Amino acid sequence: MTITPVTIAFAVLAIFTLGGGLGVVSSRNMVHAALYLVLALFGVAGLYVLLEAPFLAAIQVLVYMGAIAVLITITIMVTRRIMGITESVNRQWPLAAGIAALVAVTLGFVVLGLFNGLLPVADVPPDNIEQLGAAFVSHQAYLLPFEVASVLLLAAMIGAIVVARD
Amino acid sequence: MADIFTTIGSWLTGLFEGLGASPALAATILMVLGAAVLASAVLFILVFNIWFERKVMARFQDRIGPNRVGPWGIFQTVADLAKLFSKEIIIPGGADMMPFMMAPVIAVMSVILIWAVVPFTPNLIGTDVNIGALYFVAVSSLGVMAILMAGWSSNNKYALLGAFRAVAMLVSYEVPLVLTLMIPVLLTGSMRMNEIVAAQRIAYLFMMPLAGAIFWIASVAEVGRQPFDVLEGESEIVAGYHIEYSGFAFAMFYAAEWAHGFAICALMAVLFLGGWRGPGVEQIPTLGIVYFLLKTFLLYFFQVWTRAILPRIRIDHIMYFCWKFLVPLSLVLVVVTVLVDKTARSLIPGYMLTGSLIEMLPRAAVLLIVNVAVALLAIAWVAWLGRRERERAEAASVSIAPIESGATAQQAR
Amino acid sequence: MKEWTFIAILLIVSAMLPTVPIMGGRLLGPRKPNEQKSSTYECGVETVGDTWVQFKVQYYIFALVFLVFDIELVFLYPWAVAYNRLPLFGVIAGVVFIITLAEALIYAWRKGALEWL
Repeated sequence: MTITPVTIAFAVLAIFTLGGGLGVVSSRNMVHAALYLVLALFGVAGLYVLLEAPFLAAIQVLVYMGAIAVLITITIMVTRRIMGITESVNRQWPLAAGIAALVAVTLGFVVLGLFNGLLPVADVPPDNIEQLGAAFVSHQAYLLPFEVASVLLLAAMIGAIVVARD
Repeated sequence: MADIFTTIGSWLTGLFEGLGASPALAATILMVLGAAVLASAVLFILVFNIWFERKVMARFQDRIGPNRVGPWGIFQTVADLAKLFSKEIIIPGGADMMPFMMAPVIAVMSVILIWAVVPFTPNLIGTDVNIGALYFVAVSSLGVMAILMAGWSSNNKYALLGAFRAVAMLVSYEVPLVLTLMIPVLLTGSMRMNEIVAAQRIAYLFMMPLAGAIFWIASVAEVGRQPFDVLEGESEIVAGYHIEYSGFAFAMFYAAEWAHGFAICALMAVLFLGGWRGPGVEQIPTLGIVYFLLKTFLLYFFQVWTRAILPRIRIDHIMYFCWKFLVPLSLVLVVVTVLVDKTARSLIPGYMLTGSLIEMLPRAAVLLIVNVAVALLAIAWVAWLGRRERERAEAASVSIAPIESGATAQQAR
Repeated sequence: MKEWTFIAILLIVSAMLPTVPIMGGRLLGPRKPNEQKSSTYECGVETVGDTWVQFKVQYYIFALVFLVFDIELVFLYPWAVAYNRLPLFGVIAGVVFIITLAEALIYAWRKGALEWL
């Protein structure tokens, strides 16, 4: 495999993503874990850019880093009790680590088995976002999922308010 | 037509290639140079902007303002910077070191990154990505994370409280901001900043004044300028999330806020005032940057003006204004605009023509009428709410009145 | 891809630009910490209790309502970009989406979730 700027960028972003993920599971401090999560999400956004999907990258930054990470941090901060926890509370972590490693190895074999060389990125049409938008509201394409998504958001809002207020 | 910046660019490319660099390397060096110039320009223009703001504020308050350092006190900011640089960066006891030092860096980063998609002239733009408008919202939402980090890591109740209030306000005002940002995107049919500018033969502010107004109000709130000044709220929470910062770490938060204030002026100019568009730009593209800066500074003056004359609003009123007025209003505006525009397209012949200014007038007129109608309805609704509130207050005061007038009645008897 | 190279470079430059003066300030500036100086500044009053006090749930609810509106963008922005070439039917489909969202806002409003106090 030749080293090109793209592979270097991929390596850096992969380090961000995996390092962030490792930080999330290994931090004792909950807020630090949330900040590592932001780092991991940033790495994923960069990977989307490398895959020529900048719209998804922007959504990743906007929704995951700008909204969900903030929500998680606020959740940690409004629940006082877990702020103070600095020691590990879960004694089953060796078991969990073993199972996670097993899953990782299995997935690795499956993915490597399917892997047959690097493929060039497919040609992205210049008006891909426009096509996506048109497909959302076309009755031959994704009209039903589109409207169901809005109902799902409505249900999520109702559920969240009911849970938070009781 | 080539403008002066493309000429400089191709001259530099030729120079690097003459020195033996490959075309790809020359392009990369050019990009690094461009990024360095852009990022430093964003910070250096602050030296002027802060002086400008202090001078204008002083005039509004019948003072002279800075007038000692250099002509008209123009080097005052440089002196302030030198002072801040010599100050100790205090790290409070119990602070969380890494997030504490990273927060100001992220705050500045999120503001500088906005400028990557701002078109200065038809050819001079950092990068014209196909998601420009969304990129700007995404990048500026990173500033929220910086505030949360600063507030949490300072180990200070006021900082944490300030950060929470700021985050609640910033995320709330992001909703009307993105809803009204959708209107230039709708009308242009693209999220590329340069296409949005190019489509504005009639500036969108004159077609959609209400959308522009909501966008502007929400942007000012995103920066946390008066009257949305609860981020700092000196009299309530000391200084908000950056209370424990000193020296250059504080200066970076300060710089981020001021640079953000200038960036929203640039974005407002690009999205609603036609950016680099102006007479003669087709012939001399370099003129575009003059028009762009003129519009941006006009908006900046407007921003300082509102800052000088408006008091701070209470946090709960700010939240109500956003969720119970701006968000419903922008939802109604988007829905009514798309329905009327689409219907008018099938009813009025030549509705979508963009050949000349005259041909564009029917659509502009229809959209303007829609905007004014929605704005009038919104004002009428608020007036009705206010009247109801006043009547309730008067009814409450009438029941107290007999006690007060009792004394005079007795005296009269 | 080329247009994103510039953003990557600008990301690095904009990270360095504030880091260098802060580091310089740390190295060159005075550094004489003492107990009084590094104590928490809370209006000159001695700090009482823990900093990380519990906050009211209202912040959380506002963040949740915001999140719902933020996710809606994923769907509405492509729709807005395609707007010019959509038939009336497609526009109405988008309007129905927005109205469902407005319903969520009305629900939150009526349930008092938008009250600050």
